[in-house]
Formats: sequence, structure tokens, C-alpha cells
Amino acid sequence: MPQPMPLTLFEKIWRQHVVVDKGAEALIYIDRNLLHDGAFHAFGALAKEGRKVRKPRQHLATCDHYVPTSGREKGLANVIDADAREMIRLFDVNGAESGIRSFGMNHPQQGIVHVIGPETGFTQPGITLTCGDSHTSTHGAMGAYAFGVGATNLKQVLATQCLWQKKPKTFRINVDGNLSAGISGKDVALAIIAKIGTAGGTGHVLEYAGSAIRAMGMEGRLSVCNMSIEAGARAGTIAPDDTTYQYLAGREYAPKGKQWDEALVLWRALPTDDGAAFDREVSLDGNAIEPMLTWGTTPEEALPVSAAIPDPASFADGNKRAHAESALRYMGLKPGTKLTDIEVDRVFIGTCTNGRLDDLRAAAAVLKGRKVTVPSWVSPGSTQVKREAEAEGLHRVFEEAGMEWRASGCSGCAAMNGDIVPDGMRAASTSNRNFEGRQGKNVRTHLMSPAMAAAAAVTGRITDVRTLMGDR
Amino acid sequence: MEPFTKLTAVAAPFDMANIDTDKIIPARFLRKLRTAEKGYDPWLFYDLRFDADGNERPDFTLNKAPWRNTGVIVAGPNFGCGSSREGAAYAMLDWGIRCVIAPSFGDIHYANEIQNGMLPAILPEEHCATLRAQLAATTGASISVDLESQTITGPDGATYAFSIEPIYKERLLKGLDDVGLVLQELPAIESFEKRHFAKMPWLA
Ligand code: SF4
Repeated sequence: MPQPMPLTLFEKIWRQHVVVDKGAEALIYIDRNLLHDGAFHAFGALAKEGRKVRKPRQHLATCDHYVPTSGREKGLANVIDADAREMIRLFDVNGAESGIRSFGMNHPQQGIVHVIGPETGFTQPGITLTCGDSHTSTHGAMGAYAFGVGATNLKQVLATQCLWQKKPKTFRINVDGNLSAGISGKDVALAIIAKIGTAGGTGHVLEYAGSAIRAMGMEGRLSVCNMSIEAGARAGTIAPDDTTYQYLAGREYAPKGKQWDEALVLWRALPTDDGAAFDREVSLDGNAIEPMLTWGTTPEEALPVSAAIPDPASFADGNKRAHAESALRYMGLKPGTKLTDIEVDRVFIGTCTNGRLDDLRAAAAVLKGRKVTVPSWVSPGSTQVKREAEAEGLHRVFEEAGMEWRASGCSGCAAMNGDIVPDGMRAASTSNRNFEGRQGKNVRTHLMSPAMAAAAAVTGRITDVRTLMGDR
Repeated sequence: MEPFTKLTAVAAPFDMANIDTDKIIPARFLRKLRTAEKGYDPWLFYDLRFDADGNERPDFTLNKAPWRNTGVIVAGPNFGCGSSREGAAYAMLDWGIRCVIAPSFGDIHYANEIQNGMLPAILPEEHCATLRAQLAATTGASISVDLESQTITGPDGATYAFSIEPIYKERLLKGLDDVGLVLQELPAIESFEKRHFAKMPWLA
């Protein structure tokens, strides 16, 4: 009997969601879609065309980009400006009119869209999931095909629950070995992007595999997949396994009872078959990954903390050389400077990359019994994460160290809510983009893990967190 | 959506690689409503176009006289990487830019251009570099783009073939709206849903 062709995780999900196949492109069914307060363009366009949300139950909305992270009890009055107030007002109106479950600014389940998806069990293995946000790649950590779309495609998902799509290629990234103490999903993600580049994944769905990924908890995996878009990829995926199922079991929107057992049977058939072919493949040695941080203005301009700023003249690729030169000008850094000699002015811990409970635990472990020396703040990834962290007493660790403990939102990641870093200052940040101006005008961003950001907050400069872990 | 067939317009060179959508339109402007009267063009490349006091930077390409009428951009690799914000496409379109020529694009932004009737034309880096050099040398020179024949004619009359997926080419040529294209398949969608949700009722 002929053996069935071995398939990748992505290929299996794709096949299960093709509604119409036209060869060059396929109409793909979108099981679930997440919305945030930036979705008003799509709702506006939908209304203009006189269309309705076709299946409101397939959507979940949360207010994250524009919400203030302090003084929320004051309601709309405390929102940064009239435009942002209008966004938050429209968010509530659109939710009420469409019948979509919506977590408004002061809802107990409010949080960053890519944190609440997995947290509520809305994100599940084997599904297709979209959101009008590029970091939708996060959800692939649960074994889903999840990708970001622009406002017009979002409108289409609302109106039809489908998208025409050209089939992406596949790219497996193997990280084998054991990660050392102090190394997190963020370091792995930055090491991968430094290797393959910000356009390395363009047109591809990544699958992260290998023993280092398998050994990672759900939250580390979510950080890794979150950064897939920074490698230009359409999506990132990780095969579901017992870690995934344990995380998901009992969550609000996860299947229950008999349906859970049925779902498990389907989910267990999802992982990539032995011998399945990928269009591209690279491998990294997990044992060799050091704490990573960015020195430039794209996430690929990243190095291990023990390194020094490179000399752009040493770059063979002309485009990369030109980019590095302009990045160093913007960052105010000179070739040869040791990364650990760079002083920072602000530290920010949070975002959809690193605002989950494990992230906060890792930062708190470094801060316990220490004081921060630069103004720093923490914004938990969701209101639930905030409650859980407080139940463990993490908020006291942050506050005793001198860090501000805020409410949940995107906060200083895109700085749309007013949580900007002052003009020209240098920030250690657990976010995902170090683009010029992203965190405020002329702000110089160094991306790193929560533990590394906590270490920088303590010493006031880039610090190898492992030097603070010796006695712990 | 307005069809895209042919375009001859002033073209501006942007030498940098990785022009991200945060650069094309900074996040703080995304909360603005976009109406027929008030487009997104005032925010295009805002932090590159203006200094901290809101004065125009005279060196910036789009601030130089003939390039104020730019209808085409010739850029470096990975144009439009980063955030999914469709505001990046809106800002260019509202400025009057209907075509971006680059060696490669960020996936989501590429789709956003198509959805707005803009042509993201892929041309090898060496040809992009040649065009950029010519445009830099003659401020205000024009480029012609013909989608049907998939050709670009540079300021010196040289012609280059660009690539675009046939499916996107057809959408642009006809100005097709995707919602319409999807709804034509409604019976197929409904029968898919029946099967799909019978198998996985917890997703419905
Ligand atoms: S935390 Fe940052 S990257 Fe994540 S959804 Fe919010 S703005 Fe986007």
C-alpha cells in the first residue's frame, strides 16, 4: 500500500481550510479573528459598504493600543487626547453594534490582543486566526496558522470569514540543545532574526522545531512566534504537544468534556510528519545562545551581550552597511563600544512579546532585593496577568525595587497611548521593534528579554543578567 | 477600487533598505479618521519630512520642488516591513503615489497596496539601483509603468520587466474588490462551514 505523503503542520492546517482552490490562490476559511481598538478603519469601511459582520461569534475584541496604563478608573477622561478617546469610544460602539464579545478598557479580561487570545483559549491548535496586527504570528505558538492583515483584509474577514491567499512557502528553524540559565524565548528569537535577517522569512510560514523549542514553556514559545514577523515571515508555528494541551485545558473558550477528547485526537494528528519537506531550513545551536539585544534600528541588528558594536565597514552587503551606518548615527553609538558600556535612561517591561506571567517572574527574580537606578515601568500583558502577578506578590517586588506597576496595554511598545520615552533618550525595552521613533521621537531602543531589561534597570546600563544571577 | 492600467509620473528615489511602515506613517497618526476631504497625506513620512519643530527638512526627497508631485517611489529591499498598518498605503495613495518599485516588500504591506489599487512592482535590486541613480541625478524625472505588459520605462527610455502575481495583476487591472470576489463563493463557504463545524463544533 502506498504511504501517504508526509505533510508539515502548516500544510495540514492549510488543507483543512481551503474553501475554493484556484491553483494560484485559494479561498481560505478564517476560524477566528481578534480585534483591537485600531480596528475602526475596518468597521468604518464595512459600514460604508452597508455590510454586516457575518459571524460575530468567531471574533473577540479587546482595547489595548490606546488605553492609558494608569488612572483607568477615571475612564475616558484620562485617555491621552481627543483622537484616542474617540478610538476607545468607537471600540465600545462597534462591539455593541456588531455583537462581538468585547473587552473594553475597564473589563476584567482586557489585555493586549495577543495575550488574551491564548489566555482565554480563543486561540487553539489547528485553527486559522487573523487580526489586524502584524504580531498575530504570536498565536502560531499554539499550533495555529495565525497571521496579521491590514484594514481592508480585516473588513473582508468580518464580512465573509474568508480570505483569498496565495499559499506561502515553509521554512523550518531547528533550535537544538539546552538553553543556559538566563536565556529565554526572546533571546532565541533575536538570535534567529540576527541569523536570517528581517526579510529572511518573507513569503514563508516558519516552523520552530528542535529540542530547545520542545523544552520551552508555552509563554516562551509565544515570545518566539511573536517575533516571526520581525523576520518578515507570514506566520510562525510550533507543533502542539502536551505543553500546549496543559496550557489550554480548562480555559474559557477551550473545548470541554467529550469535545475536549475529540479535539485532542484531531490536535495530536497536526504535528509535522517525519520526512515532510520544507522549502527552507536552518539550524541554530541552542547551547551557544547568549543573552541577546539589539544595537541598531532593526531587530536583525542584534548581538550577544558580550559583543561590541560592529564596524559597518566590515559588512559585505552594501544595503546592510548603509543601514548600519544610519542606525549608529540614530542610536548615537560608535563601532567598537562594548554593549555593556551603553548606559540607558528608561526601562520598559511588558508588551505582547514579553508581558506574560513567566516574563514578569523572570524580571522580578532579578529585581528582588535590589533597587532600580533609572525610571522604569512594568505593564502586564493583560488584566488577568496583572491579577495573577499580584497574587504571587510580584507587584511588590517591582514596587520595592522602584519600578512603576501599571495597568495592562500596549503602553510603551508603540507609544500610542502616551507612554512615550522622552525625546532622545535611550530605552531598554522588552518590546519587539526598535525602529526609529517607535517609542517616541528620537528614542533609542534596545530590545532584550525581561531578565536583561531588569538587569539594565538595576545597573543603569546594558548588563549581562547572568552576572546578577550568581548568588541566586 | 480604481483600476490600475498605465501610469506616467514623477518618480522619487528612496535609497534605504527596510523602509518600515512606522517610517511611512508614525503610529501617532493612525488614530486620525480618514475621510474624502481629509486624507492621510499630511502624515506621510512625517518624521523624515519635518524636524522636531514641525519645519520641513529641506534635504528630504519629498520636500524638493518637483518631487512634491511624486507618483512613483523607487525603493530598496524589504519596503513596507513591520507593522500591518494600512495607514502606510493610505498615506502614499492620498499623496498621489500609486506605484512602488522595489526588489522586495513586507508581505502585509504588499497586500495592503494591492487592496488600495496601488501597484507594488518587483524589480531586481540592480535595476532598482540604476533607476534610483538616474532619478537622483535628474530631479523630477518621470517613470512610466504599464501593468498589462508588466514593463517599467526609466527616465533614459530603458525598459525593464517587473514581476507581479497574475492574480494580483488581474485584480488591479479590473479594480476588483475582494469582498465581492469572496461573496461569489458564498455557497461553497456555507457548505464548508457545515462540514467544518460538524467536525469541530467547539469552534462554531
Ligand atoms: S504590544 Fe506592541 S506589538 Fe504588541 S499588539 Fe501592542 S503595539 Fe502591537
